[in-house]
Amino acid sequence: MDFSYTILIPLIPLALFVILGLFSKKIPASISGWLGSLGLGTSIALSLYTAYHYFMDGKLEGVYQTFVYKQTWLIFTDKLHIDLGVLIDPISVMMMVVVTTISFMVHLYSRGYMHGDDGYTRFFAYLALFSFSMLGLVLATNLFQMYIFWELVGASSFLLIGYYYTKPSAVAAAKKAFIVTRFADLGFLIGILLISYYTGTFDFKDLTSLDGMLIAGWGASASFMGLSVFTWGLILIYMGGVGKSAMLPFHIWLPDAMEGPTPVSALIHAATMVVAGVYLVARLFPAYYFVEDGFALQVVAYVGAISSLVAALIAVTQTDIKRVLAFSTMSQIGYMMLALGVSKYEGHEGLGYMASMFHLFTHAMFKALLFLGAGSVIHAVHSNYMQDMGGLRKYMPVTHITFLIAALSIAGFPGFAGFFSKDEILVAAFESNKLIYYSSVLVAGLTAFYMFRLYFNIFWGEDRKYKHTPHESPLSMTIPLVFLAFMSIFAGYIPFSQFVTADLMPFEAHLNLPLAAIASSVGIIGIIIAFIFYKKPSDLPERFANAFGFIYKWIYNKLYFDELYIFVTKKILFGVVAFSASWFDKNVVDSSMIGIGNVTVSVSNKIKGMQSGKLQDYAMSFVGGIVVIAMVVFYIWIN
Amino acid sequence: MDILSLFVIVPILIVLALTFFAKDLKQARLISVVGMGIQFAMSINLIFAYIKERAVNTNIMVFTKDVVWYETFNIHYSIGVDAISVVMIALTAVVLLAGVFISWKIDDLPKEFFISLIALSSGVFGFFISTDLFTMFVFYEIAVIPMYLLIGIWGSGPKENSAMKLTLMLMGASAVLSVGILGIYFNSNADGGPLTFNIFEIAQVNIPVAAQNIFYPLTFIGFAVIGALFPFHTWSPSGHASAPTAVSMLHAGVLMKLGGYGVFRIAMYLLPVGALNWSDFFLVLSAFGVIYGAFAAIMQKDLKYVNAYASVSHLSLVLFALLMFNRTAWTGAIIQSLSHGLLTAMFFALIGMVYGRTHTREIEKLGGIMKILPFIGAIYVITGLAYLGLPGFSGFVAEMTIFVGAFQHPDLFHRILTIVVVSSIVVTSVYILRMVGKIMMGPLSNEEYKDLPKATWFEKTGLILLLIPVIMIGVLPLGLSEMLKESIQPFLERLL
Repeated sequence: MDFSYTILIPLIPLALFVILGLFSKKIPASISGWLGSLGLGTSIALSLYTAYHYFMDGKLEGVYQTFVYKQTWLIFTDKLHIDLGVLIDPISVMMMVVVTTISFMVHLYSRGYMHGDDGYTRFFAYLALFSFSMLGLVLATNLFQMYIFWELVGASSFLLIGYYYTKPSAVAAAKKAFIVTRFADLGFLIGILLISYYTGTFDFKDLTSLDGMLIAGWGASASFMGLSVFTWGLILIYMGGVGKSAMLPFHIWLPDAMEGPTPVSALIHAATMVVAGVYLVARLFPAYYFVEDGFALQVVAYVGAISSLVAALIAVTQTDIKRVLAFSTMSQIGYMMLALGVSKYEGHEGLGYMASMFHLFTHAMFKALLFLGAGSVIHAVHSNYMQDMGGLRKYMPVTHITFLIAALSIAGFPGFAGFFSKDEILVAAFESNKLIYYSSVLVAGLTAFYMFRLYFNIFWGEDRKYKHTPHESPLSMTIPLVFLAFMSIFAGYIPFSQFVTADLMPFEAHLNLPLAAIASSVGIIGIIIAFIFYKKPSDLPERFANAFGFIYKWIYNKLYFDELYIFVTKKILFGVVAFSASWFDKNVVDSSMIGIGNVTVSVSNKIKGMQSGKLQDYAMSFVGGIVVIAMVVFYIWIN
Repeated sequence: MDILSLFVIVPILIVLALTFFAKDLKQARLISVVGMGIQFAMSINLIFAYIKERAVNTNIMVFTKDVVWYETFNIHYSIGVDAISVVMIALTAVVLLAGVFISWKIDDLPKEFFISLIALSSGVFGFFISTDLFTMFVFYEIAVIPMYLLIGIWGSGPKENSAMKLTLMLMGASAVLSVGILGIYFNSNADGGPLTFNIFEIAQVNIPVAAQNIFYPLTFIGFAVIGALFPFHTWSPSGHASAPTAVSMLHAGVLMKLGGYGVFRIAMYLLPVGALNWSDFFLVLSAFGVIYGAFAAIMQKDLKYVNAYASVSHLSLVLFALLMFNRTAWTGAIIQSLSHGLLTAMFFALIGMVYGRTHTREIEKLGGIMKILPFIGAIYVITGLAYLGLPGFSGFVAEMTIFVGAFQHPDLFHRILTIVVVSSIVVTSVYILRMVGKIMMGPLSNEEYKDLPKATWFEKTGLILLLIPVIMIGVLPLGLSEMLKESIQPFLERLL
């Protein structure tokens, strides 16, 4: 089997970026949108073909094979070199499908959403750049290639969040996203340096091979503070994932990133880039699982579980609909992380791994749909806030129905996609760690509640005073909604355990009925509470908030994480470190250099008296000089 | 005339042509741009000629030539190049050509300006082709002294003071350096032969360890002052701030690279034992400089100061990499010199364009310029991203090569220092984004900026000339890095 043509899948968006970027002034808007969609259309066709081909024929003796095509890009030492290429295995093929699908949908949608915008062509150029970078990341053959594209998706995210660059809040959000994730990436980079120093390779194939240096050799590795350096390396690499995937404590950039245009939020900050951290752990899963008996994997599990719970709590209190969705994304990614964290390796025990990838897939569909639906609503009422919405079901039927489908899906309502993937995650958690399981069930309830709080607030309740009567979005926007709604239901029926597993061998996964019943009843309870609270205007929510006064305020303000970060950066790093560096430079280093200069000047002032211009003085010095030299010569001579 | 000496002769001919034939700005810039265009074409030709020659010639230096010019002290005009000098020559040529384009509209004494600029360049080219210590030193001085005039006459702000500070500090360093060079010279005949200034002849003898320990730090500091070694970097912010645009470009882009080049070509190659004995001390200084420069850049109010401190940080990284004594880190150091040279030249050019239009360089007073000047804004953002080490641009290749190389050091202390230095990438992104975000993005800070003139064709040409190699190195680094590695080997072997 030859999959070398898959290199075209990222290269097509790259070509688009170059064309649209270089000629952004010359290409009219009517062409650039179509050109972008056409290019991504080709990419999605190729990746669907690859997926079909690979999952049908990619097995050898029941095990999915890995195909690698690569080219050396830069050589560091005899052992260490960066290759660029494509790696075809179940998760990369799955991710490729997710990225091209959502990207294609977002391209189609943006043609309507961004209509009439000044930077229309520039927007499509950025989208193409992002698609290229994300596909490069997904298909990476080694850690360093992943790091390269990791930085590139970060940069495209920066450009897209700051798309409305004259708006101060958008610029601030773009900077924040870039700097916070770059700080996390510092951990990633140091992790790569550590691991490659000890194992002498960047290659995923060597790093995840069961008899490779990393997995078989950890017992003999050096240790630091009681843990193997390999564990430290993996934790540091995970730090990069924590940053990109907006887990605690690096989540603070994600809510602000909602300043970007809504299609961007759907593509980057819901479906693709933010799950890069999950993908990273999945990519290195055998290493996380086997090195030091999975210590680093435990860290993944707990970070995921805590982030998932905290984010769900915060989502309940927010009023900006995009921020609710942002926290919801963070919470769902926490789910995927914890599923990986509780997973084992072989056969059915690797359920968590499979569930995590499954949820990544279904989540991409319904969360992209929720964002695009929110975009459609924002497009109609020109506001992000729930207070300005209500009763929209009459005006926007397609948006209403698709949004409802997505909400049911994420709430885990039986029969919808989210129900199946979430159930697998809960089963995996139940079998491995009860504490995490209980917290996940609680999160399931909260998810259903905040999602239907959103739904009822937007589409039910009373009409607000709208400036213009809201109307349904154009076809270019509703077609992607309908397609994604279809996926939000039927993606759940894909037998994922046949395709994507930790040990690359298919297994049979069955619905665990008791656990599924618990999860869906918790979800339905959440929906019912939301129904009581928000279906009709009532003072219940307010009374509730007042009852929890202090805690409510705390959660509403996102646990004051932003304030903490501002304190550390503004007060300590800028106010103390940077300030003293520049002060020290000006007043100590530079002053002492000037001081040396001044001493020279004053010495020369003292001795300039010697240049008196009187012949006698010079003759005197001359004679004195000769006498001294003669004495020295005489002294040397007699010795 | 041989292929290398032309690099010194052509600038001198241009200077003569300018002196006798140029009557006004138009003629002066025409002569300069044609002359520098020829120089640039010659440097491209040199790269290909070098690759061809290297395939058949395994000597350390190729295109060598040796003429005695002062027999009493055995001083030769001896020249030759390896891959490192070739890329440095190409860097100088491209920065100069871009600098001439950027100075297209210089109105004050244009003829004299171009004469000084190009005279200076002959010194830089001469420095990169010399393999004789004395000749090299002479060229070095030719490169440094016209700086005083260029800043003092065509500069801005407290220009006399800055020019004086810069020149005095660099002259002081030259004095220290000359003691180091003489120390090497007087020890170059340990085996009883005649004294020599020829680098490769000196490398054949082993200079006594006691002498190495004395003369290495002198030679190192002598070169490193121009390479912005902490705490001898303070000439650079005020000097760059006062210098006219093309001079800042050439100075930060090329002259500061003379430091790192001299350090490994002379100090480390001729005094290897001294280098190893002193390495920890200088390593700590350079690592400190990387972080310190980056933090100091955050707090600056003037765009040129931000860039000057950023240069301190990025060039300390070059010294840091050189002090790691390994092939990968050294390759990274050379690529970093190139990359920083191109990027900092772009930054100074862009700052010059913004300053020329708005008459301010204060970050607080600028804002939203990209809306008015889309081309300059877009290139500013690209340069910023490249500067903070985004993949696809030269900075990433340079930094990663240094980091990976340095982290291969067997000693734990060196690896820990490497981690400290790696963390500078976060601080870099803070000061770059703060600057780009404030001046280019956001709302327009001043209504008067609405009618700023758009970028002209010569400005665009200058910027694109610099951007092309940045992207080429960033996208396809393999050829360059392999070519450099080969040339580094003989120099590194002395230290192992």
